[in-house]
Amino acid sequence: MTEVYLSLISGAFIGAAAGYLGTLMLSRRMALVAGPLGHLALPGIALALIWGLDVSIGAFPFVILGVIIIWSLERMTRLPMEALTALVFASGVAIAFLFLPLEQAETALVGDISKVGSRETALTVVASFAIILVLRHAYPQLILGNISEELAAAERINVRRYNLLYLFLIAVIVALGVKMVGGLLTAALVAIPPGAARNFARNLKQYIIGATAIGAGSAALGVVLSNLLELPAGPLIILVSTAVFLITVPFAK
Amino acid sequence: MAHDIKRVLDVSKLEVTLDDERILTDLSFTIDEGEVLTILGPNGAGKTVLLRTLLGTLPYKGEITWREGTRIGYVPQRLPYIKNIPLSVADFLGLKQNGVSPVGDMLRAVGLSPELSKKPIGEFSSGQFQRILIAWALANDPDVLLFDEPTAGVDIGGEETIYELLSQLKRERNLTLLLITHDLAVVHRLSSTVLCLNNHPVCMGPPLPTLTPENLQRLYGTEVRLYEHKHGPKV
Repeated sequence: MTEVYLSLISGAFIGAAAGYLGTLMLSRRMALVAGPLGHLALPGIALALIWGLDVSIGAFPFVILGVIIIWSLERMTRLPMEALTALVFASGVAIAFLFLPLEQAETALVGDISKVGSRETALTVVASFAIILVLRHAYPQLILGNISEELAAAERINVRRYNLLYLFLIAVIVALGVKMVGGLLTAALVAIPPGAARNFARNLKQYIIGATAIGAGSAALGVVLSNLLELPAGPLIILVSTAVFLITVPFAK
Repeated sequence: MAHDIKRVLDVSKLEVTLDDERILTDLSFTIDEGEVLTILGPNGAGKTVLLRTLLGTLPYKGEITWREGTRIGYVPQRLPYIKNIPLSVADFLGLKQNGVSPVGDMLRAVGLSPELSKKPIGEFSSGQFQRILIAWALANDPDVLLFDEPTAGVDIGGEETIYELLSQLKRERNLTLLLITHDLAVVHRLSSTVLCLNNHPVCMGPPLPTLTPENLQRLYGTEVRLYEHKHGPKV
């Protein structure tokens, strides 16, 4: 029974941090980036599963690698992010499936937080909470940089440093997210709650609180449903947030 | 060079190259306190690049010397991404790093009602949004205002135009202005000096003697071709 509570706590914290961070991603087409990062994490997830490590710890170095690859490819080729997304997506999945044990494919693709231990939960809570604290502190600079790099630069904000911080936060949230919803669904964690919140929010506070609450609530409800229905939590979490999104659609202007 | 206390900006042999393309070359000019410099030129002439370089956000060669302690306000051309985020006016102005005045005062300064502070940014007309951007730029009480494309998005039939607001602000706050515009009427009405720019400086001086038909032809180019066709052999 404690396992349910632990996964509930882990899920709610990851969901909250992902929803909060996601509010920054809507301002550019950045939500897409979390997609390929989730997929690029797959080889790391596969290794972690084989070696019996925490999935997040396996995923993290690969996500950092993914950030570097995407950014250098974009710089070198000037291809649109969507094209690179497709390329990176496919390669991540392809590499992972070369050595991913088939019986663990589901965990890698759609996540599994039903068996998190108390140490994993503590780590997750600390990391999620750290993301939220850093975001609270750096939010004005980050959002200004997302609206307009030149306006931010005019305010003497070191845009490059904040972009780096932003990418690092994305990498952390992806590493946490893949544990909960797997490599395939992580992008939805950062994309859907802010999308839903934007439908009804008329100011920044409503937007941020809305996205954070929807992220946390969807994850918690997904875990509960998963226990009741004996279905995997990852897909349920995403479907709950999709349902919330659909409910907010009539409020969109 | 003697230190002239009225001199706000000294630009010398400025050269800006972006992605291997020479955007600005051999540009030198000065601006004194209270002056209004308009920058006139065709699309792609490097006008916005010049403002951004003066702000210190682009790499350059040559020298840009602002008078010590100069506070610069910047009004960008547009902010295409801003409507993706639900921001109220108060939210947006709250992002200003070292703003000093309350939001209501900031709005009043640009002729907007303080009651608009709760309204989402996305619901404003482009002309009103431009005023909000001016309010943003004025928030840290600048000495110099850099203004990109004031002609874009002025409300048709608006009682007070952006230019009237600008000249009023200039009077009230003793601002030095650098404006980019396409509008010759604005150049004549507002500016003390005009800089004609087409990657390199084409002409510079007080508007009336500077904006001769010949100089405008040199600046925009099209008329020149017409002229040549009339008198030269057919190409």
